[in-house]
Amino acid sequence: MSAPRPASHRLDPQPGEVIGRSARLAFEWDGRQYAAHPGDTIASALAAAGERVFSRSFKYHRPRGILTADVHDPNCFVEVDGEPNVRGAHLRVGDGMRVRSQNAWPSARHDFKRIVALTAPFTGPGFYYKTFMSPRPLRPFYREVLRRFSPGGRVDAGAGGERFDKRFIFHDVVVAGGGPAGIAAALAAAAAGAHVLLVDEQHELGGHLRWGGPTEQRELERLRADVAAADRIEVLTDAVVFGRYDHNWIGIVERSPSGRARERLLKGRPRVLVAAPGLIERPYVFRGNDLPGVMLATGVRRLINLYAVRPGERAVVFAAEPDGDAVAADLERAGLAVELVNAGSGPALRAAGGRGGVEWVELQGGRRIRADLLVTAVGWTAPTALLNMAGARPRFDAGAARFVTGPPAGPDVLATGGIVGEGSLEELGAHARATGEEAARRALGRDSRPVAVSELGLGARPALFLGPTDGVVDYHEDVLAKDIAAAAAEGYDSIELNKRYTTATMGLDQGKLSAVNAIAALAAATGRSLDEVGTTTWRPPYVPVSLGALAGRRFVPFRVTPMHDWHEAHGARFIRAGDWLRPDSYGDPQAEVAAVRAGVGLIDVSTLGKFDLRGPDVARLLEHVYVNRWAGLAVGGVRYGAMVGEDGVVFDDGVTGRLDAARYLMSSTSSGSERVRRWLEWWLQVERPEWQVTLTNATDLYAAMNLAGPRSREILRRVAADVDLSAESFPYMAVRPGRLAGIDDCFMWRIGFTGELSYELYVPAGHGLRVWEAVMEAGRGADIRPFGVEAQRIMRIEKGHAVVGQDTDALTGPFAAGLGRLVRLDKDDTVGRPELVWQAAHPDELPYQLVALQTVDPSIVPAESCQVIDDDGRIAGRVTSSRRSPTLNRSVALALVTPSLAAAGGIVQVRLSDGRIVDARVLDGHAHVDPEGDRLRD
Amino acid sequence: MLALDCPNCGRRNGLEFAYSGEAGLDEPSSGGDIAEWRRSLYFHRNGAEWTRERWLHVAGCGRFIELERHRTTNEIRATIGPPPERRTGPT
Repeated sequence: MSAPRPASHRLDPQPGEVIGRSARLAFEWDGRQYAAHPGDTIASALAAAGERVFSRSFKYHRPRGILTADVHDPNCFVEVDGEPNVRGAHLRVGDGMRVRSQNAWPSARHDFKRIVALTAPFTGPGFYYKTFMSPRPLRPFYREVLRRFSPGGRVDAGAGGERFDKRFIFHDVVVAGGGPAGIAAALAAAAAGAHVLLVDEQHELGGHLRWGGPTEQRELERLRADVAAADRIEVLTDAVVFGRYDHNWIGIVERSPSGRARERLLKGRPRVLVAAPGLIERPYVFRGNDLPGVMLATGVRRLINLYAVRPGERAVVFAAEPDGDAVAADLERAGLAVELVNAGSGPALRAAGGRGGVEWVELQGGRRIRADLLVTAVGWTAPTALLNMAGARPRFDAGAARFVTGPPAGPDVLATGGIVGEGSLEELGAHARATGEEAARRALGRDSRPVAVSELGLGARPALFLGPTDGVVDYHEDVLAKDIAAAAAEGYDSIELNKRYTTATMGLDQGKLSAVNAIAALAAATGRSLDEVGTTTWRPPYVPVSLGALAGRRFVPFRVTPMHDWHEAHGARFIRAGDWLRPDSYGDPQAEVAAVRAGVGLIDVSTLGKFDLRGPDVARLLEHVYVNRWAGLAVGGVRYGAMVGEDGVVFDDGVTGRLDAARYLMSSTSSGSERVRRWLEWWLQVERPEWQVTLTNATDLYAAMNLAGPRSREILRRVAADVDLSAESFPYMAVRPGRLAGIDDCFMWRIGFTGELSYELYVPAGHGLRVWEAVMEAGRGADIRPFGVEAQRIMRIEKGHAVVGQDTDALTGPFAAGLGRLVRLDKDDTVGRPELVWQAAHPDELPYQLVALQTVDPSIVPAESCQVIDDDGRIAGRVTSSRRSPTLNRSVALALVTPSLAAAGGIVQVRLSDGRIVDARVLDGHAHVDPEGDRLRD
Repeated sequence: MLALDCPNCGRRNGLEFAYSGEAGLDEPSSGGDIAEWRRSLYFHRNGAEWTRERWLHVAGCGRFIELERHRTTNEIRATIGPPPERRTGPT
């Protein structure tokens, strides 16, 4: 390993520096070794070693250097340890980091891609759309080219495994921005009794005080001490309030949280949000404004004062009064020769030039100054995004040469600091304290009079946006002022369209630096004022947020039945079914089917929705929500019912039994139970509150199991000694109360989904496992087998039972689902009645009809979702369920087909997944096995 | 995410509620014309204006509430309580 580059540009210790000089770190940049101190950013450490080029611009591959030296720097996005688009002027160096430049190969310094710059005539606005559209056959090639030259770094497809956290916050007041105003507001709000979260994007609180002179340093020390001493302030640094949503819901991303998480997302709804983001310095547009060595004044001040880096040897400072004085003083202190040009009254700035960086600066009139650093200080942009997200509209103040945003309409967002106006540290402090106090008053719901907040003025500034020559407006997207003008000439004269067409402001920095200059460029191109051009719409997020942070930690809760541990101990393979974990099989579903068909099996059906309905009007409710008839159901009787919505589409089905005169028990599908519950509540609470019905969701109150197979009665008899199970007294479609394996308050239903004689056993949930084990024990001599949902699926397809949502879709009514015989249209009223009447009268106009299909070649099992096609090869339906039937030793299927193909005995064509087309026969009815239902009724 | 005021439970996050449609619509009689029925099912005004709507407080009291919301600003003007407690049968 070679020795690290010497820190040739490191200054003597500075009063506000944030680097720890006693320790040294080593890192790699484009394959070379560099040294850093703790506290150095990647960019500051490289600048301390004299590096000037940090990236290449994405279109023209021009070299780019430090511009702002902070989180907003559009020229310092780098790849760190495989992660692309890291803010290199913000991220602190870690020992052993491997950092690479982006948009450049092999390095930012020697970039072969810069030959792209020769193609500049083709890379104007909209070049994607114009150049790479035709001829059409070349589009895959174009895609590859565009990918190679798209901005940003390379994504490491193998990355992952990091943890992202989420946290909900409950503070009364959130202050976005930890500069002097934000700190003062937070202190005042906390002193007034509010719990405050103070959030700042930098690594420490303090804002511009951090790189200020002795006065600012003293003020900063005082504010930091007050925050540390305050009771009710929590501080987050390296964190951003990225969005303000409806009713003051806010999102914050914490980029270096404590603990093991990579990033943390915070969400919450503070009573009041105080926006105090400060101001962002605006670049100036002129020829060469993107050369390494052209920097903003705040960037220079950060380099010198925070990182003790000498940014050059000879500087020209082009500054509007009074912003240039402080940076000029810093530069002189750092030992640079400085020439100050008054941007308001002096000669215009024409250009900066040089090979690979600034070597000269040219002023209006042709005078050239030799310099390696050009500092501009032309004005400020107020990052008012949070206020705009809250509904406030920006307007352009010509005197102050910036957009200003009034307070939003609602009471829950306030603003203070530089985005509101200007003033001395004392005036700004007074405004911030009053704002903080008012925030606390609102947040705590105090009735006291509103706190008087003084006005802050806006000083006059020259309108310095575009110089006399063309230059870069958006550094990240490599958009020039002339590109914006060209787009306007093509008709993109609205800022919203122009932005999207040129991609100005749409890069990783999201236009923090470029938005106002883009508006100015469009205004100049179209002869309008900035106010007339207006701004684009602010939408969250204010800064890019990683998808990992938004997704958070993977958290997927699931529900298990009372018999879950038994299934696990007996080799069950589980699948997720809605919220539930259910045994898919115990290893051999085909054998499980055979066991049920020939003997007896037991399946856990506890996941079924169950509703206890009591009261004199239950039958009226059932008549209303089911398509079929319910009057006249005797106590102990059970009916199958299907529910439709007002659109006449089937959305659930199940059985309901009458337990006594005024008590019914309804079941629904497992996945549909919540929807059914809401649907019943809707009718009982909203539409028919006069009906006397008490609804209790009993889904979790009962464990349920289905004992199925020709020997099920014989097995059940052993655990249900006091119930007469004879076919005469306990026929098909009946329900009986009774004691099972010593457990009272159970119910037995003679129903079934498998097509076999079967009993569904409802057991108070706490005793589910005990009864399950008792039934398994009772069936041991009969070789009882537990079976899972896969075996049940095979048997219900064999039997032709449709599953709502699998064999029906969002257009399938009861007639199409083969349930037409149930529908009663002679009821007074029933949900979806007009649609049911229409369906009954227009059978040939239904989109699809459910049919049972058998492939002519019995060995071919068409996969679910395979298309049914008509004679012309058009799609005429699809296979909805299919399996190999062990009972028939052939494939069996259900399918939705157009009514013209639904006739029994017809042959339809099925296109298999591999493209082959095979014939299949439409059955009469849906049952492949036991169409007469003899087994059920045994 | 919205914040909704439940008359039973107080101010809660919108995630706890399920939107349950516009309230106060005139429903055509179920014995009427199918075209009229479908118009009433599928074609709503959805204007940039105040709307009355129902929400079910799923993760709270389980009651349907009614409120007035402005469709462009999401401002909520009034929350109306759930319908009167319904009488129940024997338990």
